[in-house]
Amino acid sequence: MSTAAQLSRVPISRTPRMLAVLRATLLKDLRLEWRSKDAINSMLFFSLLVVVVFSFSFDPTAEESRRIAGGLIWVSFLFAAVVALNQTWARELRNQVLDAYRVSPAPANALFLAKAIGNFVFVGVLEAIMTPLFMVFYNLRPLGPAWELVVVAALATWALVVNGTFFAAISIRTRSREVMLPLLLFPISIPALYAMVAATTAILAGDASPNYWLKLLGVYDVVFTIACLLLFETVLNAE
Amino acid sequence: MSERSQLSAALSTSAVVNPPVELSGVSRHFGRFAALRSISGQFQAARLYVVLGENGAGKSTLLRVLAGLVPASRGRVSWFGGEDLSLVRQRISYMAHASLLYDELNAMENLRYFAGLYGIQDDGICQDAMRSVGLDAALDRPAGQYSQGMRQRLSLARAILHRPDVLLLDEPFSNVDVQSAGSMARLLGQMRDQGCTVLVVTHQPALLTGVADEFVRMAEGRIVARTTDLRDPAETEAAR
Repeated sequence: MSTAAQLSRVPISRTPRMLAVLRATLLKDLRLEWRSKDAINSMLFFSLLVVVVFSFSFDPTAEESRRIAGGLIWVSFLFAAVVALNQTWARELRNQVLDAYRVSPAPANALFLAKAIGNFVFVGVLEAIMTPLFMVFYNLRPLGPAWELVVVAALATWALVVNGTFFAAISIRTRSREVMLPLLLFPISIPALYAMVAATTAILAGDASPNYWLKLLGVYDVVFTIACLLLFETVLNAE
Repeated sequence: MSERSQLSAALSTSAVVNPPVELSGVSRHFGRFAALRSISGQFQAARLYVVLGENGAGKSTLLRVLAGLVPASRGRVSWFGGEDLSLVRQRISYMAHASLLYDELNAMENLRYFAGLYGIQDDGICQDAMRSVGLDAALDRPAGQYSQGMRQRLSLARAILHRPDVLLLDEPFSNVDVQSAGSMARLLGQMRDQGCTVLVVTHQPALLTGVADEFVRMAEGRIVARTTDLRDPAETEAAR
């Protein structure tokens, strides 16, 4: 073991920059997920089950499918997202790695945003894979502008993951965390869920503009992102 | 005057004003259980303290309070003369029972990430930290596949890579072979010589007899003795 010559006492650390820590944490999370595939595999399997079970449970016409698919898709993604959200913090508690972050001068909000963006990517990948399958299984063809579905997906996914990441951080230290997260997350997601289902249905059916619901989702995202950022440091350091 | 004497003299002069760590009537309760009971004392710069005591004496809780991971229920903790830990987090480091490492990442990936939390972007610093604990910087297996001793050494590398002024170590020698533990002890001694305040909680104090400046004995949440000798003063008294 070599020693002193390699460890000068010259202070070398600087105040870490928010964006640098955010980027490092996000890349680390993506690398961990790429190697373990814990969240993606569980989410895909769960969503696939929902698609198959519902497609066998009833046999709607194309018109009926357009009316109910928005609800089916988003409820399926919401339940699947919970799997990823629980994983997010579970890997920080293994070996108590979160303590190393808490002891460091890195800003708490960099951790929160990195986790939320990471979950956004994971759920986004799930949606990219599962949406075509939904289209096939339910014989869906949007009558409204299909590109608007991308806007709905982006706003809706952020609405799910920003609150989900926050409430997962709260529930992770509780004994029954798998149950606690849905109990906290679902009630507060109801306005967003309603808006995302209504916007998706409006686009699929092509009989109304989704603009009102998109604005509602946008406001929901801004309000809850700010609230989560303001409160996260307290949650991170709570005993 | 030797280099170490000069450094110690300079540090102790400034430490009289602002000791790196000072506790004043610190208590910590978990429900009705008092893990720490009104602890007071100073820990000076360029000194290596070995914290001893039975299981449940409050040693680990003391380190967690000093690291800012657990707030004191009562009393005051000051770091470098101030009570706002957020201003001095860069100067403090903590190594816990658990490794505080990601099992799926290899050694350099772990260190690179934690270095980033301290604003360090230089791989050379991570490699130096690994070499200083006797690990090969080219090791590319995930940390989860390391032996317990290697994980302990990597954990120490993580703790020292940003050159902290206060180093808090909870059982750093557990599951480490005697030779590696001796090397780790020498490294801690060198860090002390360079001005770092080192607090080591251990059940293997003999490993640090050559480098420790003071032995801090705890029992039932209190500091019951601070000696420069490893021998328990109560046992020494009884032997007479």
